[in-house]
Amino acid sequence: MESIGVLMVCPMNSYLEHELEKRFNLFRFWTVPEKSAFLATNKNSIRAVVGNSSAGADAELIEVLPKLEIVASFSVGLDKIDLAKCKEKGIRVTNTPDVLTDDVADLAIGLMLAVLRKLCESDRYVRSGKWKKGDYRLTTKFTGKKVGIIGLGRIGMAVAKRAEAFSCPISYYSRTEKPEIKYKYYPGVVELAANCDILVVACSLTEETLHIINREVIDALGPKGVLINVGRGPHVDEPELVSALVERRLGGAGLDVFEHEPEVPEELFGLDNLVLLPHVGSGTVETRQAMADLVIGNLEAHFLNKPLLTPVV
Amino acid sequence: MENHQERSDHRSQDLPQVLVIKPPPVLTLFEDKFISSKFQLLKAWESTLPLDQFLTNYAGSVRAVLCSGASPITADIIRLLPSLQLVITASAGVNHIDLTECRRLGIAVTNAAGVFSDDGADAAVGLLIDVLRKVSAADRYVRNGLWPVKGDYALGSKLGGKRVGVVGLGGFGSAVAKRLEAFGCTVLYNSRTQKPSVPYPFYSTVLELAADSDSLIICCGLTAETRHMINREVLLALGKQGVIVNIARGAIINEKEMVECLVRGEIGGAGLDVFENEPNVPEELFGLDNVVLSPHRVVFTPESFVAASELVVGNLEAFFSNKPLLSPVIYE
Repeated sequence: MESIGVLMVCPMNSYLEHELEKRFNLFRFWTVPEKSAFLATNKNSIRAVVGNSSAGADAELIEVLPKLEIVASFSVGLDKIDLAKCKEKGIRVTNTPDVLTDDVADLAIGLMLAVLRKLCESDRYVRSGKWKKGDYRLTTKFTGKKVGIIGLGRIGMAVAKRAEAFSCPISYYSRTEKPEIKYKYYPGVVELAANCDILVVACSLTEETLHIINREVIDALGPKGVLINVGRGPHVDEPELVSALVERRLGGAGLDVFEHEPEVPEELFGLDNLVLLPHVGSGTVETRQAMADLVIGNLEAHFLNKPLLTPVV
Repeated sequence: MENHQERSDHRSQDLPQVLVIKPPPVLTLFEDKFISSKFQLLKAWESTLPLDQFLTNYAGSVRAVLCSGASPITADIIRLLPSLQLVITASAGVNHIDLTECRRLGIAVTNAAGVFSDDGADAAVGLLIDVLRKVSAADRYVRNGLWPVKGDYALGSKLGGKRVGVVGLGGFGSAVAKRLEAFGCTVLYNSRTQKPSVPYPFYSTVLELAADSDSLIICCGLTAETRHMINREVLLALGKQGVIVNIARGAIINEKEMVECLVRGEIGGAGLDVFENEPNVPEELFGLDNVVLSPHRVVFTPESFVAASELVVGNLEAFFSNKPLLSPVIYE
């Protein structure tokens, strides 16, 4: 298989690079100075693309790779892949579901606790040397808060299960109601936001869910409400979110993703009712290894004509 | 200032008297709402007299004292209160009260253990996730503008599947354990005595618990037995990847030895709400990214404080009407 060309579109994991190099002819796209020339030269040997949440395979890339057979994403999200184009051309697509569910859900709860209980702000306060005895600043209780989840897939359900251990009543919005689920369903995001204390974005990014968190939703969540985003930056109308936070029309936010990563609106840096993370939802040693193994496993299965491990298309 | 009692409202002189040496947090935040509408507070801290003289002059018939960590009830203090029958603390911890002396003299003690369990447990889990997933450190990274410059942040460690040792399975420990189970952690514990109705494996010493755990959460009370119970030996047993979270009392950990272990990389990280000499925090910790620090406020929510105030009032009302106390500390 050493002659099979695999194009990795951006750096994501050195273990994955190392393992792919052992098995395939790995091209590191980000090290190529003249990308068009490179593609023209190598297009006939590239049979696989490996992408992630930052970059995948859009229509343009798919068109210039006539021998492309499979796109394997080092993520569960598929928003950087033109799925319709892949279907049209019979290109297989795989992702990394399940192995990262726990980490993302853990982080969602971690963000809720950090925002409500002001853990990051406390840490800054102590490190500043300003702690004096008798400094009684109250924070917001988490147990029992109403948690509203947008998207009740694997990650949404995992968030719900954890929040229940803190006695949080769970409600959700989803494309369709799930009658077998005991949580309260709201047929609209605004209604969900109006009826919860903490709103969590845990759905996939599609045309329908682009800017699903808009001004109306933010207003419904309100000055005591907290937004947690472990989905994708474009789920949120970011300028609206920033002004709501700066003007204190929204109580707080825990954000792991942003519209234009790695750029984060600087107006947020001075606010203490926020936690800002550099897209670390699946960022543990254990999970990234499991994700890498899935990418490798899917590619090997494909080129050995075996069933794919986690196909999407 | 010497005319302390004359300065009190005449109405309040009919109310039962409660001595307060230094105001506990609940009093500072909620006095008007809860406590002084029902009781006459004898406020020692407002007097310019030295404490023992104040008590000798004014506290001879005092039957109840409301205390806190800032105003310990020692044998010496008790000796100056010949009519004392009740010590109330608005905290969960009772390490600032000479329980042996109280027991000897038949003085009842009440605390506020149950009302803080949820908030304490929430913060303990929050601190553990913060250390393992580098939440505070990564937040700093973003706010310092480093993400576009230095790229992706370092990987953290997965919480699910971790073996978490809970030290002390009382109100706090049980609440922590219940939460951790939902994250797929395996909960282990050490406690003074084994609890047969509990599904978690019991370890009879903290050392054995640490050796078999990935993380330790300290949830027990501070007593002569637990002082410096977490020492270098225990921390080394916890190991290079090990994380310790302390929401109990600073002195349960040998702080000097813990700081050395952290600085030398002999344990993986720490989430600390309490310290041996608050508000002083060892400065070596300020340079470490694998440590999350909190200024002794894991139970500081409005709900906890209101509940604690209500419990103080409830215990005082029960005491002064000869009814059973709501939350007596049972001597073991």
